[in-house]
Amino acid sequence: MVGTTIKNREAELKVFRKRIIFATICILIGFVILATRLVYLQVVKRDQFYTMAEANRISVVPVVPNRGVVYDRNGEVLAANYSAFTLEVTPSKVKNLDKVLDELAGIVDIQPKDRRRFKRLLEESKNFESLPIRNRLSEEEVARFAVNRYRFPGFDIRARLFRNYPFGEVASHAIGYIGRINDADLKKIESTNLFSNYKGTDHIGKLGIEGSYETELHGTTGSEQVEIDSGGRAIRSLAKSEPIAGNNLKTTLDIKLQKVAEDAFGEFRGALVAMDPHSGEILAFVSKPGFDPNLFVDGIDPVNWNLLNTSLDRPLTNRALSGQYPPGSTIKPFMALAALENGKRTPEFSIVDPGRWFLPGVARPFRDWKPEGHGVVNLHKSIVVSCDTYYYGLGNDLGIDKINAFMTPFGFGSKNGIDVEGEQTGLMPSQEWKQKRLKQKWYAGDTISVSIGQGYWLATPLQLATATAILANGGTQVTPHLLKEVINAKTGEKVGYKPPPHSHRNFKPENLQLVRQGMIDVMKPGGTAWRAAVGAGYQIAGKTGTAQVIGMKAGEKYNEKLVKERFRDHALFIAYAPADDPKIALALLVENGGHGGSIAAPIAREVFDFFLLGKKPDPETRKKRDYDLDNSD
Amino acid sequence: MTLTTAIERVFNTITRRLDGPLMVVIVVLMAISLAVVYSASGGESFDRMLGQARNFAVAFVAMWIVANMSPQTLMRLAIPLYVVGLTLLVGVALFGEIRNGARRWLHVGFITIQPSEIMKLGMPLLLAWYFHRKEEGLNWKDYAFAGLILMLPTGLVLRQPDLGTAILIFSAGFFVIFFAGLSWKLLISGIVGGLALLPVAWNYMLHDYQKLRVMTLLDPMTDPLGAGYHIIQSTIAIGSGGILGKGWLSGSQAQLDFIPERSTDFILAVFGEEFGLIGTLLLLALYLIIVGRGFMIAMNAPTTFSRLLAAAITLSFFTYAFVNIGMVSGILPVVGVPLPLMSYGGTAILSMCIGFGMLMSISTHKQLVST
Repeated sequence: MVGTTIKNREAELKVFRKRIIFATICILIGFVILATRLVYLQVVKRDQFYTMAEANRISVVPVVPNRGVVYDRNGEVLAANYSAFTLEVTPSKVKNLDKVLDELAGIVDIQPKDRRRFKRLLEESKNFESLPIRNRLSEEEVARFAVNRYRFPGFDIRARLFRNYPFGEVASHAIGYIGRINDADLKKIESTNLFSNYKGTDHIGKLGIEGSYETELHGTTGSEQVEIDSGGRAIRSLAKSEPIAGNNLKTTLDIKLQKVAEDAFGEFRGALVAMDPHSGEILAFVSKPGFDPNLFVDGIDPVNWNLLNTSLDRPLTNRALSGQYPPGSTIKPFMALAALENGKRTPEFSIVDPGRWFLPGVARPFRDWKPEGHGVVNLHKSIVVSCDTYYYGLGNDLGIDKINAFMTPFGFGSKNGIDVEGEQTGLMPSQEWKQKRLKQKWYAGDTISVSIGQGYWLATPLQLATATAILANGGTQVTPHLLKEVINAKTGEKVGYKPPPHSHRNFKPENLQLVRQGMIDVMKPGGTAWRAAVGAGYQIAGKTGTAQVIGMKAGEKYNEKLVKERFRDHALFIAYAPADDPKIALALLVENGGHGGSIAAPIAREVFDFFLLGKKPDPETRKKRDYDLDNSD
Repeated sequence: MTLTTAIERVFNTITRRLDGPLMVVIVVLMAISLAVVYSASGGESFDRMLGQARNFAVAFVAMWIVANMSPQTLMRLAIPLYVVGLTLLVGVALFGEIRNGARRWLHVGFITIQPSEIMKLGMPLLLAWYFHRKEEGLNWKDYAFAGLILMLPTGLVLRQPDLGTAILIFSAGFFVIFFAGLSWKLLISGIVGGLALLPVAWNYMLHDYQKLRVMTLLDPMTDPLGAGYHIIQSTIAIGSGGILGKGWLSGSQAQLDFIPERSTDFILAVFGEEFGLIGTLLLLALYLIIVGRGFMIAMNAPTTFSRLLAAAITLSFFTYAFVNIGMVSGILPVVGVPLPLMSYGGTAILSMCIGFGMLMSISTHKQLVST
């Protein structure tokens, strides 16, 4: 009994020892595996992992340059930067965003407006981007959030530069605005190889000067190497290359004049372009209504966005360069000059105007705006009283191709090359154009409509202003532009605007003189805009015009007081002053304003008064302005 | 009696039941742990390091107490410990508190305990006692009953779910059965059977997060910011340490918080980054000394109970180290096993040291038994 027990003991011990040896071998193998793995990681792959650890640790953070400041011609700031705190969130780091926002609202004031705007941003952007939820935090809000920050992972307070447009709506279409970079902008940036320069930048110029001079204004992005922790927070700076601030821009605009011009429109919609007739420098650039560019800087909220987009007044449309209207009677001085230069009319040639005109072989008459006619009309009087009948015959004698050839160098039918985007070409019709585009033959009747600036002819207010400037300067082409000079933010070095080479057209001085005299007399008793020039103290040369909004049936005469306001004619006016030494040339359009003489010309007068005499418009005079729609064109 | 002899006697009384070689290595490891925990807490606050020192102090006292118990006393504790542990596990399954999606904790009066920890030692203790009783002629029925003792708590812990602890409890018990002489035939057929059950286990027993961990191990880059993040960052940390390491408090991965759980489960990544290959190999060597000493104690143990217990505790210790290092260096799935004597955490250190106390008890009480 004892023996077997001992035997069993020995056998059991033998097994146990074998098992211990086996386990020891296994353990040694285990340690060899671990040691091999550690040698592999720490010796063989060390360099790769070291690089990865450094990449973890070091982050190159772009340092966004200050955007250039935009000034008017007198040094008034039109667009500038200011620094403010924003509360930003990286949506991918937050699980239940809505709930967290509710909690956050107890600490920082978050309005429904902010939420709507944030939602819109969220839809437009990638999840890992840091998006602003509230801008312009007060010191107190910053402090309150800082204390509670641990509760809101993914949220952070940042100091950001904001764009500010101190004049708000004034000149908004010329200055434009900056907004958050969207997909379309991104594509543009990528295609121009500027991608790296836009790292860290989240705003880009969208329209106007902000848009077209984006490269000048943006500057060069610098970079900073920082050590970051796993949460991406910067711990310390390792190295830094300073950004180069964007260039400052001095524009040709005179913001005070601009304000006068915009105010002169009152509640009317419309456009006005005023320029130096010799250089093409745009002094005032109005498209009414405008919009507040400040709304776009933070990312516009959907309510305001819809308001701007769906408004019947189309405040986002730049009427001055993309609105295409029939130029109406404003082109009569140009038509007169065309006939004189082509030898189709002499100063002495007169007609007796019965109030209508028949195209040979056509029974339907072309009517003058004045049913009873203007009596005996020569070229001078045709401009002064704006006699349609005179131009029906004149146009018929010239023919469309001669009209086209003469008008094209004035800038009609093509882009004038203004340095902001969105310019439309308008339409200067020709036989060729009609055949090509409408697959139709040009009829003689088409020319008759074109002769008084109706029919196929479409022009932008900018084109009318350019043409007026050329007429004022005696035939030298101009390129309208908004940039005066680029000023290097650091060195102060200035580079002026370089216009493209311009040709000069030689008109016969007596022809030019005759047409100009007609325009001068438009502004004198007997002329269509005489009231607007009363007591000016300087001579104005101008021409009124009306652009039809609805087609009138033949023989029908409408009473505009009965026609709904939106269907009333557009009032047009072109002018330059002083007539003997032009300093300013302009064209303007008042949508649904009725007639040029009564509505449009007084606006020009206010602009001239301020520009030439420094005279601020008297609100009383403006109130008394005669809105009586006298039936003149 | 001179003062020196008095001091000597007191010292002898205190150290009588402590094992010299084990003590040296344990103290060295604890010192390293304090340094690394300090670094892993950002090197700015002593709180965590002092907390770890307190953990060590408590564990030391427990180790000393256990070391001073005789193996017979330990044997008497086997059944009560196992029964209490099992009862608590059932209690967890019924009334346990759910944290992080797992039912692992139980409120007992004023404290919250994790009963699975008790089983880490309760299991080998009971099985060693069981085989000690059945000294002569083990047949398959004995192994089957041992298997039942093994599987009951393992199954309960697996259900919590806590795969890591279940594996450790299972292996602690399995090691006893293995050292008791389970025949290779049964052993191999068991392994084959287990492998055959693997697809079943994958489909029906593993939770999604456990599957994800295995999948992540196979290719961490599939989800570099999600589940793979821990493994990627810890291997980067270890690898970037190179041979000499970046220096104490200078590991960028550790100091900038790229390493997850940097003072607990992933402390090896901090250690590897700051102390390099030299440090990690030294750590392996220290662990190897513990294992070697443990097996020596087992070989010299006089009774079946003490033999089996010592061998199983030693092999379990190795398993802890192997699983943790394998996991942090990216060759095993992340299962939540702390690095023995290094990771911050009271419970794990306490049960580890109680295990060492048992080893010491066995090593210092053998003369008494053999006479």
